[in-house]
Amino acid sequence: MNAAVLQDVQDTAVRKIAVRNLNFYYGRFHALKDINLDIPERKVTAIIGPSGCGKSTLLRTFNRIYALYAGQEARGEILIDGENILAPGQDLNSLRAKVGMVFQKPTPFPMSIYDNIAFGVKLYEDLPARIMEERVEWALRQAALWDEVKDKLKQSGTSLSGGQQQRLCIARCIAVKPEILLLDEPASALDPISTGRIEELVHELKNDYTIVMVTHNMQQAARVSDYTAYMYIGELVEFGVTDEIFIKPMKKETEDYITGRFG
Amino acid sequence: MSAVFNEMQGLAPAAPARAMSRTIPHANLRTQYRLDLLFRHATRFFAFLVLALLGGILVSLFVGSLPSIRAFGFGFLVSSEWNPVTEKFGALVPIVGTLTTSAIALLIGIPVSFGIALFLTELSPVWLRRPLGTAIELLAAIPSIIYGMWGLFIFAPVFSTHVQPLLTKTLGSVPLVGALFQGPPMGIGVLTAGIILAIMVIPFIASVMRDVFEIVPGVLKESAYALGSTTWEVVWNVVLPYTKVGVVGGVMLGLGRALGETMAVTFVIGNAHQLSASIMNPGNSIASALANEFTEAVGDLYLSALIELGLLLFVITFVVLALSKLLLLRLSRFEGQRT
Amino acid sequence: MDLYARRLLVNRINLMVSLLAMLFGLFWLGWILFTLFDAGFGSISAKLFLNTTPPPGSDGGLLNAIGGSLLMGGAGTLLGTPIGIMAGIYLAEFGNRGWLAPATRFINDILLSAPSIVIGLFIYQAYVVPVGHFSAWAGTMALALIVVPVVIRTTENMLRLVPDSLREAAAALGAPQWKVITLVTVRAAKAGIVTGILLAVARISGETAPLLFTALNNQFGTLNMNSPMANLPMVIFQFAMSPYEDWHNLAWAGALLITLSVLVLNILARVFFRNKTPVY
Repeated sequence: MNAAVLQDVQDTAVRKIAVRNLNFYYGRFHALKDINLDIPERKVTAIIGPSGCGKSTLLRTFNRIYALYAGQEARGEILIDGENILAPGQDLNSLRAKVGMVFQKPTPFPMSIYDNIAFGVKLYEDLPARIMEERVEWALRQAALWDEVKDKLKQSGTSLSGGQQQRLCIARCIAVKPEILLLDEPASALDPISTGRIEELVHELKNDYTIVMVTHNMQQAARVSDYTAYMYIGELVEFGVTDEIFIKPMKKETEDYITGRFG
Repeated sequence: MSAVFNEMQGLAPAAPARAMSRTIPHANLRTQYRLDLLFRHATRFFAFLVLALLGGILVSLFVGSLPSIRAFGFGFLVSSEWNPVTEKFGALVPIVGTLTTSAIALLIGIPVSFGIALFLTELSPVWLRRPLGTAIELLAAIPSIIYGMWGLFIFAPVFSTHVQPLLTKTLGSVPLVGALFQGPPMGIGVLTAGIILAIMVIPFIASVMRDVFEIVPGVLKESAYALGSTTWEVVWNVVLPYTKVGVVGGVMLGLGRALGETMAVTFVIGNAHQLSASIMNPGNSIASALANEFTEAVGDLYLSALIELGLLLFVITFVVLALSKLLLLRLSRFEGQRT
Repeated sequence: MDLYARRLLVNRINLMVSLLAMLFGLFWLGWILFTLFDAGFGSISAKLFLNTTPPPGSDGGLLNAIGGSLLMGGAGTLLGTPIGIMAGIYLAEFGNRGWLAPATRFINDILLSAPSIVIGLFIYQAYVVPVGHFSAWAGTMALALIVVPVVIRTTENMLRLVPDSLREAAAALGAPQWKVITLVTVRAAKAGIVTGILLAVARISGETAPLLFTALNNQFGTLNMNSPMANLPMVIFQFAMSPYEDWHNLAWAGALLITLSVLVLNILARVFFRNKTPVY
C-alpha cells in the first residue's frame, strides 16, 4: 500500500454516513456504547469483531430495521447525507429506498424471479411493462445473475441455489436504486465458490454504491474492504484503512483479534 | 476515541443532501400509512369477533336456561328426575353419564395411546413410522356418526354376545368393583359408549404424545442408554418426564373431545334417564340427551332444561380446558421450559 | 431373579405391550373400515347420486342429502375462512403487544375443543328462534363457527413458521407493513394455510351435531337456503335409527361416502402440504 494511494483515498473519500454518540438498547441491555464513526462514500467498509460484539446491531441501525421490534431503541445521531435518520418523524419507507439490506440467509420471496425484483420497484415507481423488464434485466446484470436466470424468470425464486438466491437478493436491492448497501454476513451461509462470486460482486458494486459489510471472516474483510471497523463488546475499538489495520493496527486489542489470539 | 477520528481527518465533509433520485409524493406515503392502520384494525376486528363469539354463546345459552334455572335452581344439578309430563327435570343422570363415559375413555385411552406413541418412536422400523402414524391419525378423521353406526350395528351385538357375559362372570364377582359389571348383556350402555369414546380419543392423545416424544433431544436419551438403561427405562425415566407438559396437553385435548362427543355416544348409550351402579346398563350423557330429545321437546320448560344442560356441558368443557392451560403454564414455568 | 434379569424382563414386557397397543389401534381402524365397505359398498350405484331420499319401502338415493351437505359445507367454509385468516394474521403479526392476542388465543383454543352440539344450540338460540324456522343458513353458520377456530389455529402457526428474515427483507426494501404481510408473509405460508382450510372442510364434512337444531332435515331436494335442507349426516342419523332395512342400506352408503371424502381430504391435505411448502 503506497502512500500516494493512501493520500488519494483520504482526500477524495466523502462522508456518507456519520454516526455520532450512538447508543443502542435491547430493552435494558446496553448493546452499543457511544459509537462514533464515519462511513465513506462509494467504498466498502467492513465491520469485524467476535460474536456478540454488536456489529449486526450497528448495521441494522443504518436502515432502522430494528424499529420492527418493540423494546429496541437507538439514541444519538446517525446522519446520512447530513440528515439525521434517528430524528422523530423520519419517514422510514423513503429511508429504506435509499438504504438497501442483504441478510445472512438468502431470503427470496415466494414468487417468481421476475416478481422478486419487481417487488421493490413497484413500491416506488409505476413503470410500464417494458421499462420494468429493462429494469429487472439491469438489476440482474448488476448482480451477475442475468445469464443464469434469463431463461427462467418465471420460475420461483426459491428454486435457485443458495449462491444464486443471495445474488437475487442483491439484485432485488439494487433494482430500487439505493445509494447505500448494507450486507450482513452475505456469504456466511454459502459455499466457497459462491462466496468468491459475492466478493467479486461487492468489488464491482462499490463503484456505484456505498457498501457496509459485516463479516466474521477476517480474511474476507482484508480481501474485499477499503476500510475496516473493529468492534468489541458494543464498542468501536478501532477504525481505519483496511491494509493498515491488518498490517499494523494501532490498538493491542485489535492486534489480538486479528492475530487470532481470541474469538 | 481519537484514534477513530485519525483516519477521518482528511475526509471532506459530506456532500449537501442530494435530492432523492425519484420523488415520492407525500400523498402516497400518507396513503400507505393509512392503509397500514386500516389493515391492522381490520385484523383486530376479526380477533375481537372471536371473543364476541364466546360471549355470545355464554349469553344466549344462559338466557335460554333462565326458565329452567328459575324453576329448579341448584337442585337441577343433583336431581335424577327427568319427567317431561310433570315437567320435573334434573341434570344428574346426564352429568354422571358424561363424566363416566369420559372417565372410561381416558382409563382405556391413555395407556393405549402411550403404548402406541412408544411403539412409533422407539420400536417401529423407520420406514413404517409414517404410514402407521397416518393410520392412527385416520382414526381421528373418521366422523363420529360413523363410530355411532358402527358401534350400534356391529360392535354392540358382538360385545353383548361375547364380551359382556365374560365381564360379568369375571370382574362381576370381584368385591366392590363387581357392582360395576352387573346387569343383562344388552350391548349398548355406558360401558359401550365409553369404549367407543376411547377408540375415538386414542388418536388424539397418541398423536400429541408421539409428537412430543419425537422432539426429545437425542443426546438426552443417549446419555441414559450410555449408562446401561433399557429402552423402557429410558422412556419411563427420561422421555416421559421431559415431555410431561405436552403429554398433559394431549390428555386434556382427548378429554375435551370425550366430554363433548355427541353422535357416537347417542347411538349406543341407550338414552335412559336412570342412574345405576352398573356401567353395563344404559344411561345418558348431556350431549346424547340433547341430540335425542331436543327436536321433539314440547313445552318451554322442557326446552329450557335441555338448554341448561347444554350450558352445563359448555361450562364443564370450558373449566377442563382452562384448568389444563393453567396446569401447563405452571408446569412449564416450574421446569423453565417453553411449552 | 436378580435385578438385572428383572429389568430385562420388565423391558421386554412393556415393549410387547406397546406393540399390542399399536395392533389394538390398527385393529379398530381395520374393523371399522371393513364394516363400512362391506355394508355400504353394495348400495353404491348411480341411483345413489341421482335420486332423492325415499319414504320407507321405496327405492331412492341420497341426492338431496349430498347436495345439501355440499352446499352448506361450501357456504360454511366460505363464511368461516376469511374470518379465520384475518384473525390468524392478527395473532401472528400484530399479537406481540397487548392483551387482545393472548385472550383471543385462549378463547380460540376453547372454541376449538368446544362440543359442536353447543355450537348448534347457540345458533338455534341466536338465529333459528328469532327467525322462527330451521334453515340451511342456520346450518351454514353453525358449520362456519366450527371452521373458524381451525383456520385461526393453522393460519397463526403457519405464519409463525415464516422466518423473520423474510419479513425484514421486505421491510428493508421499504414496503409498508400491510404489504409485507399480504404480499410476502401470507404468500410464504400459503401452502400451510390451504392445508388448514382443507382440514377444516374435512372436519365439517362429518359433523352432525351442529346441524341437529339448525338445518334439520328435508325429505325433498331444495336449493332454498332459507328452508330446512337435507344433509348426509342427518339423513344417516334418521335412517340408521329407523327400523327399515332399505333405509339402513342407504345409511351405510352415506356413511361410506362421508368417510371416503374425509379420508381423501385428509390425505390430499398432507400430500399438498408436503409438496408445496418452500424450504426456508
